[in-house]
Amino acid sequence: MMALLNQVCQVKQYLPETKNDKMLKAIESSGITKTFGPTKALDNISFSVDESEIFGFIGPDGAGKTTLFRIITTLLLADEGNMKVLGMDCTSEYKELRKNIGYMPGRFSLYQDLSVEENLNFYATVFGTTIEENYDLISDIYSHIEPFKKRLAGKLSGGMKQKLALSCALIHKPRLLVLDEPTTGVDAVSRSEFWDMLGKLRQHKITIIVSTPYMDEAIRCDRVALIQNGRILSIDTPQKIREGFSRKLFTVKSAEKYKLIKSLRKYPEILTAYPFGDSIHVTFINDSLENSLSEYIVKEGIHDAVIQEVEAGIEDRFLELMEKGATV
Amino acid sequence: MKRFLGFVKKEFLHIFRDYRTLFILFGIPAAQILIFGYAVSTDIKNAGVAFLDLSHDEVTQKLTDKIISSGFFKKTETLLNYNDIDKVFKKGKTKAVIIFEQDFGKNLVSEGKANLSVIADGSEPNTATLVTNYTTAIVNDFVTEFSSPALNKSIVISPEVKMLYNPNLKSHFMFVPGVITLILILICALMTSVTITREKEFGTMEVLLVSPLRPIQIILGKVMPYFILSFINVLLILALSWFVFGLPVKGSLALLLAECMLYILMSLTLGILISTVSENMQQAIFISLIGLMLPTVLLSGFIFPIENMPKVYDYVSSVLPPRYFIVIIKNIMIKGTGFMYIWKETFILIIMTLVFTGLSVRKFKIRLE
Amino acid sequence: MNNTVISVHNLVKKFGSFVANDNLNFEVFAGEIFGFLGANGAGKTTAIRILSGLSKPTSGEVNVAGFDAYRQTELIKKNIGYMCQKFSLYEDLTVKENIILYGGIYGMNKSLIKKRLDELLAKLQFQDYENRMISDLPLGLRQKLAFSVAVLHEPKIVFLDEPTGGVDPITRRQFWEMIYETASRGITVFVTTHYMDEAEYCDRISIMSEGKIVALDTPERLKKQYNATSVEDVFIKIARPN
Repeated sequence: MMALLNQVCQVKQYLPETKNDKMLKAIESSGITKTFGPTKALDNISFSVDESEIFGFIGPDGAGKTTLFRIITTLLLADEGNMKVLGMDCTSEYKELRKNIGYMPGRFSLYQDLSVEENLNFYATVFGTTIEENYDLISDIYSHIEPFKKRLAGKLSGGMKQKLALSCALIHKPRLLVLDEPTTGVDAVSRSEFWDMLGKLRQHKITIIVSTPYMDEAIRCDRVALIQNGRILSIDTPQKIREGFSRKLFTVKSAEKYKLIKSLRKYPEILTAYPFGDSIHVTFINDSLENSLSEYIVKEGIHDAVIQEVEAGIEDRFLELMEKGATV
Repeated sequence: MKRFLGFVKKEFLHIFRDYRTLFILFGIPAAQILIFGYAVSTDIKNAGVAFLDLSHDEVTQKLTDKIISSGFFKKTETLLNYNDIDKVFKKGKTKAVIIFEQDFGKNLVSEGKANLSVIADGSEPNTATLVTNYTTAIVNDFVTEFSSPALNKSIVISPEVKMLYNPNLKSHFMFVPGVITLILILICALMTSVTITREKEFGTMEVLLVSPLRPIQIILGKVMPYFILSFINVLLILALSWFVFGLPVKGSLALLLAECMLYILMSLTLGILISTVSENMQQAIFISLIGLMLPTVLLSGFIFPIENMPKVYDYVSSVLPPRYFIVIIKNIMIKGTGFMYIWKETFILIIMTLVFTGLSVRKFKIRLE
Repeated sequence: MNNTVISVHNLVKKFGSFVANDNLNFEVFAGEIFGFLGANGAGKTTAIRILSGLSKPTSGEVNVAGFDAYRQTELIKKNIGYMCQKFSLYEDLTVKENIILYGGIYGMNKSLIKKRLDELLAKLQFQDYENRMISDLPLGLRQKLAFSVAVLHEPKIVFLDEPTGGVDPITRRQFWEMIYETASRGITVFVTTHYMDEAEYCDRISIMSEGKIVALDTPERLKKQYNATSVEDVFIKIARPN
């Protein structure tokens, strides 16, 4: 009886792994390096993306996101390393690969002097399909701009351009969707709606990779890679990245923000103090709240300070990793 | 004042740090002086002259030698009869035909008068005028030499001048075909070079590359609409030339249109080639418009005959497509020649088109680097 | 009492029949950090151009730094600083050259420029970068420098148009500390941004939508009013009220 139970347990142990082995990786890359003149844009980048995942690359300008995406979409060749996308090699099988990717580069890249409908038609035709054929795929997104379908793309607002560019990238039902900073420069509402739309695409089994400088968008991804100065600082689910924060985190709130931050910086037991919106995020050298802090703050002339312990967010972890890397 | 000076200083810094601006500021004037100095010359040198000597005597021989040794002319052919005249002009190398009447020498000695005809190629009015003037001067010089005091007679040789193809020496016979050549190449090259670099600048080229479209499809797709529209353009220009300037099309209209379309195709593919070396629209416009304009105007034989230039410029000019098209268009429109006389130039234009297309496809970057 | 440095009454700006700014009313006080938020196309850029003396209103009263926006635009320009995202410093000039140039343009005398130059370099720890070309500097450094140059002449107000776009999180925060420090010196900071957490750094914010101001208050009070936990939430609730 026990032997039988053991066997069953053993089999159960194996099952999830077998499932993973059989699942095709949408992207597999190792050791990708790319240099432009004196600058190393990408330094030994290795990562993998599973099918149907929403995978985010979070990092500021100059981190290397666009360069990496151009290598993934076969527009650039890496100097070193290997990259396989949808099982095909980026260098040698680029022709076939390009048929299966939907690409939305920065600045949306639409034809400003063509209408919404004409833009969509063009991309549909170039990929050998029609708007009708894959309409159900884009209907959620396109319905927002369909009333404006005769309007010239150049006359659309930022949010609408974004939706049009996304529709054009999806119209041929690609297996991989590559979105390079689709939310940059767009207002908060449109950004939020955009991520809702991406979430809905999951059911169509499309793999999505997105890059963004906005840390708060990380939680909308299945997994994220934090990237800075051409290096990956961390890859994991947003939750695990947050949990990776190595210290206890505290917030200090006061109406007198500037005074508060200057005072906190002078306080000897404080390790880091960063402004975060309406509060200051603080860590201590001894990793525990110093009781003398409240007294100190009052002595500094701030009487409305509120101190709390909180869970770290992605940005806190990013800042921590940046400091450890200490690259400017 | 300080504000102003600070600003001026900044402008100097910008200029000195931008190599392109320095090139335009200093390089182009230097180039222009060289070109204008040498290429542009109102003298004639080595103008082709053919002789129809119906007399074949000592006098005609002496006069022929004098004309050839003047340095302004070179002998192209010896003609046998009047029918050859038209043919030799159509070949293009001869600018004037000098005809000595029968018994030229005898008449000169016996009557003190002889007749000499100079027939010049009116399709290049400037050259024609110069040629006839120079010839007349040489003849007069000869007369002075020949009339030795011993003979005690004054002799007269009066050259009869005729302009072929353009009897009234209308300058727009030279001008308008040249302008057509210039306009077509500039506009066509400009159009295609700009449309491709525009996609590069706006970023839409990136998306096109990551698509099933192949480079040859993109290139031909860009060329096609302009090709069709340029045909209408050609009809318009020819109609204007006819109605406004009275410029005829002596030769076959169908041949002319066909050659125009070939030239246009060549220009469009040249524009594509320019776009492969331009990073943005500004560069494309600069190369297409300014880069092509000067050589076309000065070195293609449009205004200033190539024969008058130093050999070096001749070699430079031989890679310029307009040089060949000017010959084609003048031949058909003004001289009324058929395909036989322009097959060489046509062939060269076809080769150029193929070369430009081939190079463009090869240089067309399928990646962003 | 608070000193008003910008006052706007019934500002209207039309382009043909299109109303870009529709009856705007607000005041900005000395030493304030005022956040100017809104979607692209809401009318922010139009309003900022009027406030910085670059264009004239169609109607309404606008006073900036005590000068009238119709007749005294040159005086306005002399008394404000301006930094926009697309361009701020000349890329083919060095750090020092840029500072000297702008100092000259602002009408500062040589010794004052030298003094400020040294102070600036020390504050940003830029002493090694004095003779570097702007194009060689990373984005974060460029933005910090551009801001310093915009306030080189200690203007009454400085306008910042999306100053931290794309900059890394550490530099962003350093930038905002520079803004705080500047405001504490009495310079009013008028800033637009798409980072909603940066809106929280401001003393008061206004949200524009389709040419009108639809919210104007401190971040705290707005959050209470809309029952929101963040300014982003406020933004969304205003834009999609359901």
